[in-house]
Amino acid sequence: MAALFEGFTLCGVVSGSARAEAALLGVEAEREEDRVVVTDCGRSVTVYKVSDQKPLGSWHVRQGQSLTCPAVWSSRSGEYVAVTDSRVIRIWKDDDTTFEKTFKATVCADVARIHAAADSEPVVLFARGAVRMLDALLEAPQQPIEEVLSEEEVIRSVCRCAQCFYSCKEDCYLYLQRFNPNSLHKYKLETGESRARPLSLCATVRNQSIKLLCLYSSGCLYQSVLSMRGTIQDGVQLLPRTLLLRLPVEDGHLSSASVVSLDEGNLAMVGVPHPSASAGKEFLCIWNTNFQTLQAAKELTGRIYGQLWSYSGRLYVPHGKALTVIPYECERSSLATALGRLQQDRSDGEQLVTTVVSWNTLLHEDTIQHQKGARGVETRQSVRHRGNNVPLAPMLRKFTVVSFTAVPSLLLLLIIRYIFLSCVTRDVEMILSGTADPELQLVVGRLASQLVSRCQSDSAFYPHHTLAQLVHTRCVCHSLCPNLLMLALEKKDYSLAQLCLQHFPDIPEAVTCACLKAFLDDLQTENLEPDSVSFMEGMVAVCKRDGALENGFSPVLLEEDSCDVNAPTTRAKGKADWLVLDMPCPVGVKKAALLNEILQTAHTDSFLLPHLKDLTAQQVVLFLQYLQFLYLKYYQDISAQAPGLRSPTVTQIMDWVCSTLDAHFTVLVMLPEARDLLFQLHKFVRSQVRLICELGKIQGSLQDLHKLKQTEDADLYSIEVIELF
Amino acid sequence: MGEFKVHRVRFFGYMPSGIRCMSFNERAERLALGRLDGTLEIFNFKDSFYQEKVIPGNDSRSVEAVCWVAERLFTAGLNGEITEYDLENLCPKYSLDAFGGPIWTVACNAQGTHLAVGCEDGSIKLFEILPEKIRFERNLDRQKGRVLSLSWHESGTRIAAGMLDMIRIFDVQSGHATHRMLVDRGVSGMRNHECVVWCVAFLSDLTVISTDSSGKVQVWNAAMGILSSTHLVSKSDVLSLAVSKDESSFVVGTSEGTVVQFQFLANILGGDEKAWVRTKTFKPHTHDVRALAEIGTAVVSGGLDTQLVVRPLLDKVDIMSYDNVLHKIHFPHRSLVSCAQKAGMLLFQFPAQLEVWRLGESEGRGKPGDTLFVKKNPEKLLQLKRKGEDHISCSAISPCGGWLAYSTVSSLRVYRLQCDEHVSISKVPKLPKVLRSAHQLSFSDDSSKLFAASTHSMVHVISLSQSECKHLHTFKPKSGSTEPVHLLAASKDGKWLAAANRGCEIHIYNLHKLKVPHCTVPIYGSCPTAMGIHPTSNNLLMVHADRQIFEYSIVEKQYTDWSRRVQREGLHKLWLERDTPVTHVTFNPRNAAQFMLHDTYMFCIIDQSLPLPDNKCQFYNQITLKSLSEQERLSHAHAFKMCTKYQHLLFLGLLDDESLVVVQRPLTDIASQLPAPVRLKKFAT
Repeated sequence: MAALFEGFTLCGVVSGSARAEAALLGVEAEREEDRVVVTDCGRSVTVYKVSDQKPLGSWHVRQGQSLTCPAVWSSRSGEYVAVTDSRVIRIWKDDDTTFEKTFKATVCADVARIHAAADSEPVVLFARGAVRMLDALLEAPQQPIEEVLSEEEVIRSVCRCAQCFYSCKEDCYLYLQRFNPNSLHKYKLETGESRARPLSLCATVRNQSIKLLCLYSSGCLYQSVLSMRGTIQDGVQLLPRTLLLRLPVEDGHLSSASVVSLDEGNLAMVGVPHPSASAGKEFLCIWNTNFQTLQAAKELTGRIYGQLWSYSGRLYVPHGKALTVIPYECERSSLATALGRLQQDRSDGEQLVTTVVSWNTLLHEDTIQHQKGARGVETRQSVRHRGNNVPLAPMLRKFTVVSFTAVPSLLLLLIIRYIFLSCVTRDVEMILSGTADPELQLVVGRLASQLVSRCQSDSAFYPHHTLAQLVHTRCVCHSLCPNLLMLALEKKDYSLAQLCLQHFPDIPEAVTCACLKAFLDDLQTENLEPDSVSFMEGMVAVCKRDGALENGFSPVLLEEDSCDVNAPTTRAKGKADWLVLDMPCPVGVKKAALLNEILQTAHTDSFLLPHLKDLTAQQVVLFLQYLQFLYLKYYQDISAQAPGLRSPTVTQIMDWVCSTLDAHFTVLVMLPEARDLLFQLHKFVRSQVRLICELGKIQGSLQDLHKLKQTEDADLYSIEVIELF
Repeated sequence: MGEFKVHRVRFFGYMPSGIRCMSFNERAERLALGRLDGTLEIFNFKDSFYQEKVIPGNDSRSVEAVCWVAERLFTAGLNGEITEYDLENLCPKYSLDAFGGPIWTVACNAQGTHLAVGCEDGSIKLFEILPEKIRFERNLDRQKGRVLSLSWHESGTRIAAGMLDMIRIFDVQSGHATHRMLVDRGVSGMRNHECVVWCVAFLSDLTVISTDSSGKVQVWNAAMGILSSTHLVSKSDVLSLAVSKDESSFVVGTSEGTVVQFQFLANILGGDEKAWVRTKTFKPHTHDVRALAEIGTAVVSGGLDTQLVVRPLLDKVDIMSYDNVLHKIHFPHRSLVSCAQKAGMLLFQFPAQLEVWRLGESEGRGKPGDTLFVKKNPEKLLQLKRKGEDHISCSAISPCGGWLAYSTVSSLRVYRLQCDEHVSISKVPKLPKVLRSAHQLSFSDDSSKLFAASTHSMVHVISLSQSECKHLHTFKPKSGSTEPVHLLAASKDGKWLAAANRGCEIHIYNLHKLKVPHCTVPIYGSCPTAMGIHPTSNNLLMVHADRQIFEYSIVEKQYTDWSRRVQREGLHKLWLERDTPVTHVTFNPRNAAQFMLHDTYMFCIIDQSLPLPDNKCQFYNQITLKSLSEQERLSHAHAFKMCTKYQHLLFLGLLDDESLVVVQRPLTDIASQLPAPVRLKKFAT
């Protein structure tokens, strides 16, 4: 799982409107992890200590000069290198105060970029494609520089980690410069029929191969793997590529966007719209390419420049008028972490089957169909054209039924935008029944997200039944349709929320906590899932039975246990306290059923804790009371854990007790009304610990039974029969 | 392949003696080991750590220190005597009283000309080493307090002596002490106890290393007489010390069972200034580590827990092979058990006594895996204490159970044993004069002859009868070898006798034609550890210390086809990597193609009719075979049928009723008889 943390502003960005392309020239790593070199578009280079948000040093060029490429830190020589006025290379150290007295060398061609890879000599890339090592260049600054690129080619993007850059005019080419031996490879980048243009390039080197990520303006992210040790072939080759992600792009083309690879499975993007947010908002997103899921997103205010850097666990994004630093964390993604720790293992077998579809094939098929279905595209355009003034539901419905199988996803959008509530149910049913299995997931996902977005825009529109039906297909999950659960809470549709909690394996901890909060606060609902309610009714009924203890834990133990200083008082109150084992259920049956769903959701403690802190003290006390109730019930009556019904396990209950106490311990200690609760809880837990000790002793003595088998070996003499084969 | 009824015997209370001292001879790559009971053992490190020679102990002799001088071996002990050994006849050659009270230590100078011994009365005595003996030369200045450890400087002009609370450096020429270095007594609670300097080592750069009873390892500058550094390695005594040949590292052993290595390393990488740094700690033992040797690529350690541990120093090992993995030697590499197959009796040999047991009987039959009901318990028929002070060196019981013989270095005794209703034993009087002592004893299959291996590789043949014992003949090897014979094997038909000596020679004699030796098996470079003559084909089967197996046709005087096949195809890697030598060979009377071998951790039946396992196939395949059907088994079976069910085997034999006898001695039983260790490792301490 990946997470974005709270960001902070490192510095302001002064971008003239003239330079719309970029806010900064660049952010480069410095010698320490905590430092970066920021080169702004104007005339200054500043070194920041990031955690302190403090500049450590700043250098300005004289009026009339300008910086033309981002300053870099050369770890080899311990100096900064920058280029002013395209041709003057300047090199300076920390203790130089101004540019004027620093070393400079004028070269005879325009410099595009300087790269400083760790532990190697900086490399100078000229605007016409030639590449020189910095020290070789400085030995003879006026050496002739050859032209690699043809006249009409322009360098568009340069990758930091491997020496590759691409240039394009009509066609796009990728040039890959290798050192030792020096060689230059030229690859042609496919643009496809849609003439999508590469926007951002990101290269990482792993295991002797270069992994190139290329984001196209069509929203597709392709990956190409080039071997570092590959045979050298002359001529232009087509760059092999595989589609990693196909991101939804509202109006067909992205203008500026940037992608940075964070680790093997995760990448950060800026400038690509959030799949479920409304248009006009800009997000920084972390996508997981293995699971094709959105891992984290953060809204950025102000305009986006399509620039993004990542150094040592922090992302640097210029937006609006500031350069923001956002720390992130990528845990290694595996299915287990993707699904959380407590995947419900007690669900019934038949319910569990969630079809796993290869998104790649689906998406590719989609593309193919898209291209084939030229008719569909035309229709869509014409429909939209007219749709602006007339609701055309009947006609559209007809159209849907006819051509649905050909272009499903395109039409869904239209349907939901225009048809009436009453029709939605029927249409969706038809779609569901008419869709082949592997496509179902895709279709249902799009359907759900469109329905939700319509619900959000149109407050009168709320197709509860349809949404529930979609959730029941088990093809929707939270990352596919992130707003569904929140929408259900908003509309106080707790039965849908319950369904979501039951069926979504990937609910973020923040949402879980929001649900918990809502459930604890108020509740008026009728149609909860019957099993869960009947389970709670059963439990409350048990509670009303007379308090005879059934499974052998003797109260005497507790009385012995409480022989501390205030023994007399405890003894006096003892009987009453002890009967608290039969405490009444602090919440209603239905509320309890919902809380049980919360308890059974998958979660990770460390992510849960910050959100749990949002609960108010009253909510916490109520929740703890309920948890204690459950715990006591389970302890008293093993059969409370009915095997057939969905019910939280003791471990889950204990986990939540721990997390809640963890999150609110100081509050609970201060709170007078929580005092009794904590005392009782402690007392009970203490008696349980005693019990465990005793059990440990029994276990210890019974363990020796196993050793008995070996004791027969210890006989001094025996006659045995063996067989050899 | 076959079911076997197994008599599983654990009542042999064999108890090895603790290790007291050791000395490694680098030229010959042999380790001499002294045990607490005075036994000396010599291990050949070139030949798979085979226990080549054993010199039995003597009650009046203790071995406190052992020292190689070229190929000669000297010991000194608390009886105040220095003893040199005859390594061919495996007995003491002569003893010389040093007249200084108990001797604690003995050291030889690098030139091999003088021995120095440290005595209880505080004197250090120098002995000159002469070709056939040693001669007292003079005393160094006598000091107060016993001398516990000695070390010569390589120049031979100085000696460091570890005493109580101090180390002294002596000038050999003048005999005067030149330096006196006081050793701190350690923590305050120990102030009243003297600090015993257990070991000293004098390095060529005039550094002296000492270990003492307060747990310290100290490095001294002997030129100045000052302390350079102190390392506290233990809360109890540091008892032993060994320095590597190049003096770049040394190891010390503590009474907690740990061995700590120190290395002479530069303080900073690549710097010139070097210091002794504690680098590695092993815990090979549970009790005192009394003896240590560093042999270049490994540390050899021994102590009161009786085992010998060879632990490789992996930083000095280039290629991993059999020779540089961890070895633990628990049991002697010779058989202490002999079996009277016809009578179902076992003879157990202890240093001081012999025990004869009759095996029990079972009722009914069982299926594999069953433990049968023991109808009749085993019975201890006899316990025979030896006469004299010398420990028993070898013993044998005749197959019929009617004769019993044992030998010490000084005497050989034969007894007539009758066990019908009452057990009666009578010593056979008037043994032939030639029978003075024996290295190995064996009876012929019909119990009519006794073979006794004597000095100079001679084998005496004695005929036994009710009335008298007669010396029939003495076989002498043609080669004139003087190495002691350690294995004897007689054929079932009474015609052939094979004798293997420590010089790796195997001579075959014809008992029907006494005059001329029949032949000699081609000499193989590794010492034979077990051999036997096949009852029907009269092929001699030999297993060597490197676990190679040979079969030699006595009649045709050449290796058999099977033997050639084994050599051509090679043995399985896992077989060659087994840790302990094969100590006994028996033949399966049910199947002429099968014979049985055992080492400490397994026994196996080798079927000569089956294909040999190659390195690709599964070697330990019994469990796999068990799960297969009858037909499939045939295709998977190979010649080695390994059974590892019985561990810590001292003996495996086959009785005449075709049941197996395994004699086990679990290490836990041995450990339980040891005194309590100084410190037990407890969890989280």
